[in-house]
Formats: sequence, structure tokens, C-alpha cells
Amino acid sequence: MTRYLINRLLISIPTLLAISIVVFAILALAPGDPMAEFATNPAITAEVRENIRRSLGLDQPIYIRYVKWLWAFMQGDMGFSFTSRSPVLNLILQRLPTTLWIVGTAYIIGALLAVPLGVISALKRYTLFDQVVTTLAFVGFSLPTFFTGILFIIIFSVQLRWFPFIYNSTLRVTDWASFVAQVRQSIMPVTVLVLFQAAVLMRFVRASMLEQMNRDYVRTARAKGLQEWVVVNRHILRNALIPVVTLVALDIPSVFTGALVTEQIFRVPGIGALLVDSIFRGDTPVVMAITFIYAILIVIFNLVADILYSILDPRVQYTR
Amino acid sequence: MSASIPAPPQANVQERPLRTLWGDAWRRFRRDRLALFGTATLLLIILGCVVGPLIYTASPSQIDFSRSQLPPSWAHPFGTNDLGQDVLARVLRGGRVSLSVGITSMLVAITMGTLIGAISGFYGGWIDVALMRFTDLFLSLPQLPLLLLVIFLFRESLRRLAGPETGIFILVVLVIGSLNWMSVARLVRASFLSVREMDFVLAARAIGAPARRLIWVHIFPNVLSPVIVAATLSVGTAIITESTLSFLGLGFPPDVPTWGRLLFDARNYLEQAPHMAFFPGLMIFLTVLSINFVGDGLRDALDPQMRQR
Repeated sequence: MTRYLINRLLISIPTLLAISIVVFAILALAPGDPMAEFATNPAITAEVRENIRRSLGLDQPIYIRYVKWLWAFMQGDMGFSFTSRSPVLNLILQRLPTTLWIVGTAYIIGALLAVPLGVISALKRYTLFDQVVTTLAFVGFSLPTFFTGILFIIIFSVQLRWFPFIYNSTLRVTDWASFVAQVRQSIMPVTVLVLFQAAVLMRFVRASMLEQMNRDYVRTARAKGLQEWVVVNRHILRNALIPVVTLVALDIPSVFTGALVTEQIFRVPGIGALLVDSIFRGDTPVVMAITFIYAILIVIFNLVADILYSILDPRVQYTR
Repeated sequence: MSASIPAPPQANVQERPLRTLWGDAWRRFRRDRLALFGTATLLLIILGCVVGPLIYTASPSQIDFSRSQLPPSWAHPFGTNDLGQDVLARVLRGGRVSLSVGITSMLVAITMGTLIGAISGFYGGWIDVALMRFTDLFLSLPQLPLLLLVIFLFRESLRRLAGPETGIFILVVLVIGSLNWMSVARLVRASFLSVREMDFVLAARAIGAPARRLIWVHIFPNVLSPVIVAATLSVGTAIITESTLSFLGLGFPPDVPTWGRLLFDARNYLEQAPHMAFFPGLMIFLTVLSINFVGDGLRDALDPQMRQR
């Protein structure tokens, strides 16, 4: 087990290096210029522009910039944003709570909905309930989030005027009234995400349940005369949820980048919105930091999923 | 691979209709109501987008401020937008772009995935290890951020290189395709690994078939069904991805009305003219839903073992 862990950790280092090189190279080789907006500004002469460029370290060759960036990143220094002149880390930390609140809530609700629905629908396969739930799930994951979001705004904000359609991030939760306001403005973005999340996960849970239900050990359990409740909970569910756990673990990194699209529709100022804005402004350090943190999370949670899998399912061999 | 067991030799063998692999698949597919519904809707949408602009001759680009933001009516079945352009005409025209982006990206992804998977599975050894590492690397790339980044950074240069519409088309198709091939590669590789050990491959090898012939004539047809299913489903993914890009303002230029772009333009008029957002969104939804139904139906029809689960 320990050897396997060390092996996997060692493999993930070159992966991360390769990803960072890919992202850095894309940014560095791109034809755009972060100084482009200064070029049209008459107050900034070519000389000043050159000085700014030097102060940002943009006059050095790519590979030196890469090594410097990597070294700083490993020490937790992600540099300064080109446009707001504040440390990238601060920008990210500023946005993180909003994203975690919206996307995290959606994630938890989605899982809590999907697992029971998937289990029941598998147990009652081909009944009306199953057909309704699977059709809804199908619709749910064919509906792109940007369309659901817009539909929600049209129906619930414009027509019914139930919820505000712009997320107010300056709202501080201090008393009951502000808490209600916070919940009200979170309902639509969270629901949009829940619909999609739950649809995908529910289909997966159902398929996984169906795969286990016809196994020999289930027949044995029934033959022993165990109650249906025990067979489902202690036998089928335990095995069916193993792949579900890994899928959930693999998806956790997306909680960090937030839902790019959903945040954009409801103007939620989360990490996703920061990333999109920074891409448009050519703010390389911020883009690089968010993309790379995301990549690190993906690699880490891949590892976590593998380890979880081997803990939950002893049949999995550690050595590959 | 497939369950098409030849009919047992009986006296009335002549009267039985000839059963083929594809015939069997078609019979199973025909029984799936949702898949048929998907096929019909999809054909209707494709036909509408290809032939529609010839019959419905309203201009998709003519600006007329006196008729701006009109709700749906007989003259303008989907209403008009903020510039007074006819939304139905724009939806039909945009569908051509969205559908061709979907299909072309699918071709890019399937070609890359099949090539890499086939080479990896057929040759094995260090080639396999290297290619699978490469696939793993692509799988751990942060997809959507990277997609946005590449399109944003390189669209200007491609626009200069190949014109505003073709340039973006090439860029979008290449980027979406090259971030979508990994699952196909794994699928093809896994099938190749099992098929290449079979006796008929050994027989072909024994009579001296070269590697290329072994791969494409002997092994590949046996892994075709999962590839067809993956190809169908990936058209839907590609259409959603393109719409997402356009919706974030990073897709085609404003005068190319893709479905995502129409939604993006409608965003600021949700109160006055909700129909501007509703119809393009509905088209994306219906197209993707139909593609998913067809893909699911194909999976069941082509791979009967899946169905028994």
C-alpha cells in the first residue's frame, strides 16, 4: 500500500509539471500582449511601457520566466495581478467563499438527491416511478446550464418576481432577514447546478445498482432469508456505491473552479467569474494560478479516488 | 462480438429472412420509442437548418429598428430581436453553424481517439505506455479554462489567417475535438487489446497480413459499435461546448448567429423580449436531447449485452 502510494505520488509530479508547461507555453506563445491596453494610452510613453514590462519580468526569455514562476508558486507566491496590482492569492481567497457556498451547496444537495433516487429507481426498475425519474434525469443532463439559468430568470425573476436575478456579494449575513436574503439569491444558481449534477449522478447510481442486483451474492443473501431491507442496505448498496464514491471524488475539483457558466449568468462573483474576467483582460498571473491550482486539485483527487477505491474494494490490486 | 447467432438449419430455412448484424441492430433500435423520437426530431432539425432558409426567406441579418423586439407572430414566428432581425431566420442559419461545429469536432475527436487507441492497443509495449500517459495527461488538463484560454488567445491570429468566420470555425473545431478524444482512445484501446488475441486475428497474421490490414480490416470493424455510440454522443457534447463558448462571448463573431451566440445576445433583454433567449435555447436543448436519445438507443441496439444489465 505504502509503495503504491509513493509510486502514484511520484507519477503525479511529472504530470503536474507537464500541465504547468502546457498552460505556461500557451500563455507565453499567444500572440496577445498584456501591455496592449497601455499602447493606446497617450499618457504612457514607450519608455514607461518598457519599464513596466521590465518590472513585471516580461523582458526575460520564456524558460527563465517559467522556472521563476514555478519556484515562486511552490513557495506559495503566485505573483501580482496585472490589472488590479494586488496579490493573486488575495484575489482568489476573496472569491473562494462565494464559490464554495454556491457550488458546494449545490454539490451536496445534488448528491443527497441523486443517491436515493437512483437506488429507488433501480429497485423499482420499469415502474412508472423509474420511468419518470430516468426521463427527468435524461432531460436534466441534456439541458445546458446556460439555458436552465436563463429559463429560471425568465420564469422566476421576470415573470413571478420571486428571486433577484443578480447575486449581491456585498450582502453580509448578520441577522435573520439578511440570511433569508442570502438564501433567496442563492436558490436559482444552486438549483441550476443541482439539476445537472443530480441528473448525471443519478444515472450513474442507477446503473451501478443494476449491475450489482443480479450478482450471486445477492441471491445468496436472499436465499438465507434475509429481509429485503438488509439485502439492499448491507449487501447491494455497499457495493454499488463504490464507483459512485470515486465519481464524486473525481468531481470535487470542479467545486473550486466554480461553475463558470452559472456564475456568469447570475453574476455570482466567484472563482469562475474571476477566471473569465482575467482571461478577457489578459491578466496572465491570475489565469495561470487558477488553472494550475485546478490542475493540482484534479491530480490530487484522482489519487484520492484511486486510494478510496482500493480501500473500499479489497479486490483491487495496489500494484499496476 | 455480437449476438447474431446464425439461424439453426431447419427445413424451412429458406423462408426465414436473412439476418445480419446491422439488420438485428436496426430491429432493436426500431423498438426503442425514445430513440425513434430522437431520430425524428434530429432529422427534422437538420432538415430545417439545411432546407429551411430556402423556404423561409426572411433575412437573418436585415436590421429594422421599427420592428425591434416584437413578440412571436405570424409574420415573425419566433419574434424579432433588439435590432429587428427575424429570430427564426437567425435560428435556422445559426443551426447550420452549430450543427457543423458539432459534427466536425466529433470527426476530429473520433479520428484522433481511434488512431491513438488503435496504435496503443495493437502494438502494446512502450508505445502503449507512452500513448496512455499522454491520454492521462490530457484527461487531467483543466478542460473548460484551457478551452476559453486557447480560443481567447489565438482567435485574432486565426481570424487574420483564414477570415473571421472560417478562422474561428477551424479554431473552435480543433480545440473542442482535441479535448474530447481521450475516452474514445481508451475505449478503442481496450477493445483492441481483447480482439487482437482472438483466433481470427492469429489466422490473418499467419497468412501474412501486414499490420495496417490487421488493424483496419480485421480488428477495427469489431470495435466499431462502441465508437459509433461515442461518436453520436460526442456531437451533443461538442454542440454544448460551442454554445458555452459563444455564451461566454468567446465564440463566433456577432454576425454569425450560432445558437449560443443568439443566447448571449439575448441575455440583456430577458425582461422585454424573453422569446429572444427561449427559441435558440430550446433548439440547443432539443438537439442535444435527441442526440442523447439516439446515442442511448444505438448503445442498446448495437450491444445487446449492455441491455441485459
